[in-house]
Amino acid sequence: MSRPELLERRSVISGIGQSDVGRRLGRSDLDLTVDACLAAIADAGLTRDDIDGLATFPGAGVGTAGFAGPSSPEVQDALRLALNWHDGGLEGPGQLRAVFAACMAVAAGLARHVLVYRTVTESTAQGEGGRQGIGGGGGDGRGVPRFSGFLQWTIPYGAVSAVNWLAWIAQRRMYEYDLTREQLAWISLNGRRNAARNPKAIYREPLSLDDYLAVRMISTPLCLYDCDAPCDGSTAVVVSHADYAPDAPRPACHVNAVGTAIRGRPSWDQFDDMTTFSARDAAASMWARTELRPSDVDVAELYDGFSILTMVWLEELGLCAKGESGPFVEGGARIALDGSLPLNTSGGQLSAGRLHGFGMLHEACLQLRGEGGERQVARPPEVAAVAAGGGPIAGCMLLTRGPS
Amino acid sequence: MTTPGAAAGPARGPAVRLLPRLDDANRFFWTSGEDGRLRFLRCGACRRYVHPPVPRCPYCLEGPLVPEPVSGRAVVHSFTVNVQQWIPGSDPYVIGLVTIAEQDDVRLTTNLVDCAPEDVHIGMAVDVTFEHADDVWLPLFRPAERPGDRSAR
Repeated sequence: MSRPELLERRSVISGIGQSDVGRRLGRSDLDLTVDACLAAIADAGLTRDDIDGLATFPGAGVGTAGFAGPSSPEVQDALRLALNWHDGGLEGPGQLRAVFAACMAVAAGLARHVLVYRTVTESTAQGEGGRQGIGGGGGDGRGVPRFSGFLQWTIPYGAVSAVNWLAWIAQRRMYEYDLTREQLAWISLNGRRNAARNPKAIYREPLSLDDYLAVRMISTPLCLYDCDAPCDGSTAVVVSHADYAPDAPRPACHVNAVGTAIRGRPSWDQFDDMTTFSARDAAASMWARTELRPSDVDVAELYDGFSILTMVWLEELGLCAKGESGPFVEGGARIALDGSLPLNTSGGQLSAGRLHGFGMLHEACLQLRGEGGERQVARPPEVAAVAAGGGPIAGCMLLTRGPS
Repeated sequence: MTTPGAAAGPARGPAVRLLPRLDDANRFFWTSGEDGRLRFLRCGACRRYVHPPVPRCPYCLEGPLVPEPVSGRAVVHSFTVNVQQWIPGSDPYVIGLVTIAEQDDVRLTTNLVDCAPEDVHIGMAVDVTFEHADDVWLPLFRPAERPGDRSAR
């Protein structure tokens, strides 16, 4: 049987845009989204009249306050878009599912230029209080809701945050692979080092290994600096048909392959291998769709909602050997801007803010276009790996500077 | 909803228990501890245990699924000591992920109790114990009083 056509290769990212990013900006999610969308449309050399598709993750009304961003109908109406195709939803291969859907819509001829956005206002929603667990943290016991579905198995035990579920992975890796906190720290330290060169980053002051080891624990072995920084911000991209690439004012980023699989059980606590998560399956499916090899990747933007996720993505994408991410990142030389594999070059979500996967995508495009400014990687990159998600929510993609 | 008293000793769990909503599918599980036994659905055809509850055996798609008691023995597959005050007033508590002795792909999220958090380790043998809260008996696990601790390090 011949291999089916890799339809994602009919699509490019022709434009990128981002709103202000910060703590407690006090602006509405729709306000930030309009900024990001207009920036992306202009960057693509288009007007809103050219946009005929719209997609977002996760769509309104899900998650804790400030998580979801505006719905696609709100954004469509705010920009008075006339759409041939539209999509928004939570279920699928992670935050990037909206981008993958847009690629397929373009390939299928359902739309020609799809605006894709992801907006968070978690910092404003959080206010002066602490970060919330799922379920709102308990209260006084009167009128507290009960829980069904997956949450019934975790919330009664105070496992109310993804940090608890992912701490299991970190602990299991310490047992099976001798991962140390001193190694894991380098995801955070590298991010902070890069964030110092990113004017939009949330945290830019230097962070040392001693600082990391001294900060308070959240859920062992994960400490405060292993957890990303809630922020306000919106990121948008325009996914266009590849035949638009020559007309785009900026270098188009070509979609080489997407990774969408989940073959293990779709669960945070029943997955077959608790040293990893569905990144294993997403990465395998991505590499099955390309002639490129892990050694071809020039820059990696790998989700760091929690530091341990980046470690798993590094291994599952084959960017280092299984179980070897600890030694690979330790000392930070390999993953530096001038290293063999520059990683999370904007500072990642740990330091630049929790833009929930789309910050990774935006940064990969900037780097491929050579527009990283002070944080541009030393070797001009041809291939970027982008990954987003954790647990049963994971997707990844390869972007290239030129067509495949 | 229950608020454990301020009894001395190792923390048992969060200061406030948020509870599952009982329905026809999960009631057997969450009330199983009333007689001190832990139960899971088991397939009448392939004899596999199934968790969480589903209408049909996901292994063989054949037999009826019926709750059956298990030994209550388990091994710590992973764990974390939660420190963050998601639930105000909580002392650090251990969130364990345990694998039941009968079948190595059936796991429970739980609290590991009756031992100091620093003594918990992967491979530790544990036994079920229950905490009664309203109409729910939450399975918790405590160190096993038997040989066979599989810890290698």
